[in-house]
Amino acid sequence: MGAAYETIHFKAEACDGCNDCMTACAMAKTQTEEHLHSRIQIVPSGEGFELAICRQCGDPKCVLNCPAAALSKNAGSGVVDWDGSKCVNCLLCTVGCAYGGIAYDSIASHVIKCDMCEGAPACVQACTPGALKHITTARIYNEAGKLEDLFAPGLSGCQGCNTELIMRHALRRIGPDVVVATPPGCIPGMGSVGYNGLTGTKVPVFHPLLTNTASMLAGVRRQYKRAGRDVLAVALAGDGGTADVGFQSLSGAAERGEEILYICVDNEGYMNTGMQRSGCTPYGAWTSTTPVGERAHGKTQDAKNLPLLMVMHNCDFVATASTAFMEDLYDKLDRAIVAAKTGFAYLHIYSPCTTGWRFPSDQNVEVARKAVETNFVLLWEFNPADGLQFTHPVENARPIDEYLEVLGKYRHLDPDQVAHIERSLANNLARIRGFAAAEGTASAEAGRA
Amino acid sequence: MMQHAHYLIVGASHAALSALHAIRLHDAEGDVTLLTRDDSLPYSPTVLPYVVSGRSDPGRVFLRDEGYFSEHKVNYLRGAKVQKLNSGESAVELADGSKIGFDKLLLATGAAPMLPAIPGLAGLKFHVLRTLADAVSLREALPRIKRALVLGGGLIGMHAAENLAKGGVEVSVVEMQPHVLAGYFDAEASGMIEAVFAAKGVRLLLGTSVAAFTPNGEGCRAKLADGTEIDADLLLVATGVAPVTDFLDGSGVETERGVLVDEHMRTNVANIWAAGDVAQARGFYSSERIINGILPDAVDQGRIAGMAMAEDPGTHDYAGGVPLNTYSFFGQHAVSVGVHEGALEASGVEVKKQVDAAHNHYLKIVLKDRRLAGIFGVNAAFDPGIMWELILRGIDLGDEKLAFLRSPQDTARALMSKNWR
Ligand SMILES: Cc1cc2nc3c(=O)[nH]c(=O)nc-3n(C[C@H](O)[C@H](O)[C@H](O)COP(=O)(O)OP(=O)(O)OC[C@H]3O[C@@H](n4cnc5c(N)ncnc54)[C@H](O)[C@@H]3O)c2cc1C
Ligand code: SF4
Ligand code: SF4
Repeated sequence: MGAAYETIHFKAEACDGCNDCMTACAMAKTQTEEHLHSRIQIVPSGEGFELAICRQCGDPKCVLNCPAAALSKNAGSGVVDWDGSKCVNCLLCTVGCAYGGIAYDSIASHVIKCDMCEGAPACVQACTPGALKHITTARIYNEAGKLEDLFAPGLSGCQGCNTELIMRHALRRIGPDVVVATPPGCIPGMGSVGYNGLTGTKVPVFHPLLTNTASMLAGVRRQYKRAGRDVLAVALAGDGGTADVGFQSLSGAAERGEEILYICVDNEGYMNTGMQRSGCTPYGAWTSTTPVGERAHGKTQDAKNLPLLMVMHNCDFVATASTAFMEDLYDKLDRAIVAAKTGFAYLHIYSPCTTGWRFPSDQNVEVARKAVETNFVLLWEFNPADGLQFTHPVENARPIDEYLEVLGKYRHLDPDQVAHIERSLANNLARIRGFAAAEGTASAEAGRA
Repeated sequence: MMQHAHYLIVGASHAALSALHAIRLHDAEGDVTLLTRDDSLPYSPTVLPYVVSGRSDPGRVFLRDEGYFSEHKVNYLRGAKVQKLNSGESAVELADGSKIGFDKLLLATGAAPMLPAIPGLAGLKFHVLRTLADAVSLREALPRIKRALVLGGGLIGMHAAENLAKGGVEVSVVEMQPHVLAGYFDAEASGMIEAVFAAKGVRLLLGTSVAAFTPNGEGCRAKLADGTEIDADLLLVATGVAPVTDFLDGSGVETERGVLVDEHMRTNVANIWAAGDVAQARGFYSSERIINGILPDAVDQGRIAGMAMAEDPGTHDYAGGVPLNTYSFFGQHAVSVGVHEGALEASGVEVKKQVDAAHNHYLKIVLKDRRLAGIFGVNAAFDPGIMWELILRGIDLGDEKLAFLRSPQDTARALMSKNWR
């Protein structure tokens, strides 16, 4: 399998035309401030700005156009390297590039192109308005891609299921020294616990009751610890089993500080058994038990904020995450794994459900992204020392309609219901912002010890 | 038993390698044989003038190494000249008499120098420049000669003339047209290029031709149409090239000047494709089939042929050949993309020209119905790749028209950044 590579992302709306990136690039490459030498070129466009820079193409045409073998795609770094000792200045590469990514520098008298500054692009560091971003997500693909998938192939999730994605990513990262609890729900439903003595995982897995996941897992972890083995205890549970039926044992385990990593995969209902409402189903949503008809118009209560409830348990680590923001998800997974060795870690991952929410199966990650970009879902993390922090604050949220209109379960909403949702989101945002503004307290830390 | 390949590619230069690349993107396993009459790893004819001048080390110009072929499971055969194609039997015959069968065949044999019918030429020792061996023998000749005569002021002749001059040789160029690089540049731009050559001591004899040659020691004496005589120790013939199609006689593959192909580079024979300098494919400005004869087009056509051969569902139609040229000479550069106003129907055509002779700066933009049709520059800054794409996409410059005429590079970059996002 090929490698994935880092890229530089340009957010045209954020660029104010200061040209600091060009100065930084010229300095880095030629120790002058001459913008002609800059490998990144900002150009005016109407009221705003656009840019020309090498995309380090996966299938670079400049390379195929070079008659002198002076250009090549570096399989390690992904950078399209230029070798000045072979270049004959024919400029044919500039014909191949449709991005202005390689251009003739009339002072230096040869072509120039971006080389990504050995992994730390000077332009990005110089961009104060944040229009340039160094995207390093490739690291996840390259690193996690090498780890073993600890679920068996061929699980029978619905087409386009986000939950399957979450399970596989999480266990890959966690690794084989683990015992997994999967209470009733989609996760065992798609075959992860298996049948007839065979499991759907390559690691020990068990199927607790909906009500006792956290307490059983706490016992398993204690027993391993007593035997002197460092085995991570992980729950992969749905929101119903977590927020409603299983909440009592979850709350108890969290309060006792059991050493568990509890991952709640939130698809906003009991989707496996026929799409019934749960305590996490949002206001207005259609489910089979909050139907839509002449009188009923979906769920009439707001969802409970489960991750916030876990913060109130003062767990060692609590975070929300989304598969549309993988770097963020992986950072949190890493911290949760560490936290679960000494205390209770809770990870709440949103999982749009193609079948139960009714949207096309190729749109899952788009739906997850829209949820975050409209502030329907807030990404944050908490630990007792530092308090609560946003990890992906969304300043200019998109209108909530952009999220609601893609989901069949909201198709019936009337303007009053949309207004209700907007109010709830505003309240939720204000509440989480309040937590984020408060400092983490030393006493909270002391309370745990 | 006769050798057999699922994909057989004849040629190992730009069109061939681009097709191979496209095949391997879609089909990692299907067996591929790539063959060339050369004895070396693949190289580009375009790099040869730099081998002559010594700027490029002939050992470092190879486009692929052995590792590439083994990694991509490609059977690379060198010194394998195809002398006959039997399309009924789906097999080619090599010069040594052996045969290779194929399921699918790509003809990427490029072009070879065309020799003019000038009395006395046949009896002379002269050079051409198309293969690495040609370049090396020219380079080896340099120390022994003082005066060179280059026949032809096209791209190849001019490249060679410059590099011979840089090698310390007194060079004369004879060109039949009134200007060098005809077709790509107009008289004014060509004139600027000619002035640079003249200033470097290259003698340009334009609008004339050689009537006859006579041998003169190791070299020759050329008698021009007007009676002028030129003595030279070395003669380089660069009067044009013709597609290499000799081995297709009797094969049933349709040829005109080159091998006739459709929008997927397929010939009239269902399992045979052709791409690059050997192919005659549709032009961008008219559906008439032309030979564009440039490297970027060989790459493009090769890719389309490779995708079609591998049955890649992403295969797209060839947009048609656009004349393109980047030409650097004595540290200066000239670029031409598209066509001049003369090639277009007059309605809706706008031309803007900016010339600063003192600084050898020239820029001409040709628009048709607010769309770019051609852009030509001498020492002018613009991105040919973006301009090419603007032409292919037929992008309406709309409100940006004036900005484009004022500063084509920045405006085109902004259009690209917005449109290709
Ligand atoms: C000196 C020079 C300078 C040039 N400069 C430029 C430039 O600046 N810009 C530009 O765009 N273009 C330039 N060109 C043209 C450019 O090189 C060609 O357009 C390009 O190489 C075409 O690629 P191709 O793969 O179609 O054919 P070619 O490059 O001609 O390759 C043909 C291949 O087929 C092989 N072959 C031929 N016949 C047989 C046979 N019977 N059996 C087996 N193998 C065979 C050859 O060995 C070779 O590998 C230049 C050409 C020359 C000679
Ligand atoms: S120079 Fe252009 S074609 Fe080459 S890798 Fe960069 S963006 Fe792609
Ligand atoms: S200018 Fe240099 S890098 Fe670009 S195609 Fe020519 S030889 Fe290659």
